[in-house]
Amino acid sequence: MRLCVDDLCVTRGGRLVIDRLSFSLSAGQALVVTGPNGVGKSTLLRALAGLLPREGGSVALASGPPDVELPQQAHYLAHSDGMKSPLTVEENLDFWSRYLAQKPDPRSRTVDGALAIVGLGHIAAAPVGVLSAGQKRRAALARLLVAFRPLWLLDEPLTTLDRTSREKFAVAMREHCARGGLIVAATHEPLGLDEAKELALGSAA
Amino acid sequence: MTSPLSALFLREWRVARRLGGSGAMGVVFFLTLVAIVPFAVGPDPNLLARIGPAMLWIAALLATLLCLDRLFQADAEDGSLDLFHLAETPLELAVLVKCAAHWAATGLPLILAAPFLGLMLQQERMALLGVVATLLVGTPALTLIGAIGAAATVTVRRGGLLMALLVLPLTIPVLIFGVSAAEAASGGTVPFYAPFAILCAITLAALALCPFAAAAALRYLGE
Repeated sequence: MRLCVDDLCVTRGGRLVIDRLSFSLSAGQALVVTGPNGVGKSTLLRALAGLLPREGGSVALASGPPDVELPQQAHYLAHSDGMKSPLTVEENLDFWSRYLAQKPDPRSRTVDGALAIVGLGHIAAAPVGVLSAGQKRRAALARLLVAFRPLWLLDEPLTTLDRTSREKFAVAMREHCARGGLIVAATHEPLGLDEAKELALGSAA
Repeated sequence: MTSPLSALFLREWRVARRLGGSGAMGVVFFLTLVAIVPFAVGPDPNLLARIGPAMLWIAALLATLLCLDRLFQADAEDGSLDLFHLAETPLELAVLVKCAAHWAATGLPLILAAPFLGLMLQQERMALLGVVATLLVGTPALTLIGAIGAAATVTVRRGGLLMALLVLPLTIPVLIFGVSAAEAASGGTVPFYAPFAILCAITLAALALCPFAAAAALRYLGE
């Protein structure tokens, strides 16, 4: 599986934010997108996920399952985490695992397993509304694990996480890459992935 | 295909029933509105019996609209809407299931409460049956039409009023045929089935068209 981006152009609010950007990423690789605020990191991730219209260029996952579109093979994680505060962590994750993974995949983890990985097993039955910001973020990261999708699009995944959680998440990301997954992450902080490629927006693009 | 949709239904149902959900709010609003009618128009039993079906329908319409403005806005705020775009389930089906869950959580309680409130408005047995039957058939159309307004105002902060302004004209046919069928049930010159059949037709048309319109609005605004 390979992510190929060719001459991607995206406008936002009438301004050309991403101008003829090209890169490619093969299975097992991670790409860290860096750059100053407002340079278009989030825009790039949203455009890759198909949430923003492309002005030009193409985004494709080569040699994936032929009948599945790219957005259906991608996880998108941004500041808002898609968790309903009246529902418990477990109910939220159970919903997303059933909604985002149409066919059962052996690489998807159970809700309990994913919660154990992010260290939230003890508060699985608590409503999301009472969690701290860091715990909410960890619950959102667990969503990536309960439904296997090869491409992870992560927008500032590490905000509000403490050091232990960052290390745990780095392990989860390395495992994802080892299973042939791809990661595109926009971040200002080191992800803890040594072999990650880097794409600096604003200077190179 | 059924599993993601039933999961969505269950999630929407739970959110609506838990604390701060819209489930109870509609019924309480409905109750308040109907309860103040006799104080406003006076306690004349004949007058109340005549305007009763119309009052129940107006109250049901407003109660439905009151609860609808957060239908998609809550999902847009917490990021769920972005994830719906990434799911394999078409957005149209997700809209339909959200409407169904919303109707089950807010519309059904209104229908269950209607006969008891009808008693306060001097409604006879046949009239009560007529109101319940027309509400049962007509409120899904209100929810579905309202979903278009909720989708179109999803990015507007405090868009509830704007949504009501957009949606109210579209709900007028439902109101007209709902009330005329409910009134025909307790006697009158019009047969019950003529307006009732048109009400059924409006609901079926709304069922077929509204999910597409609402999903199109969500797609356009999501970009």
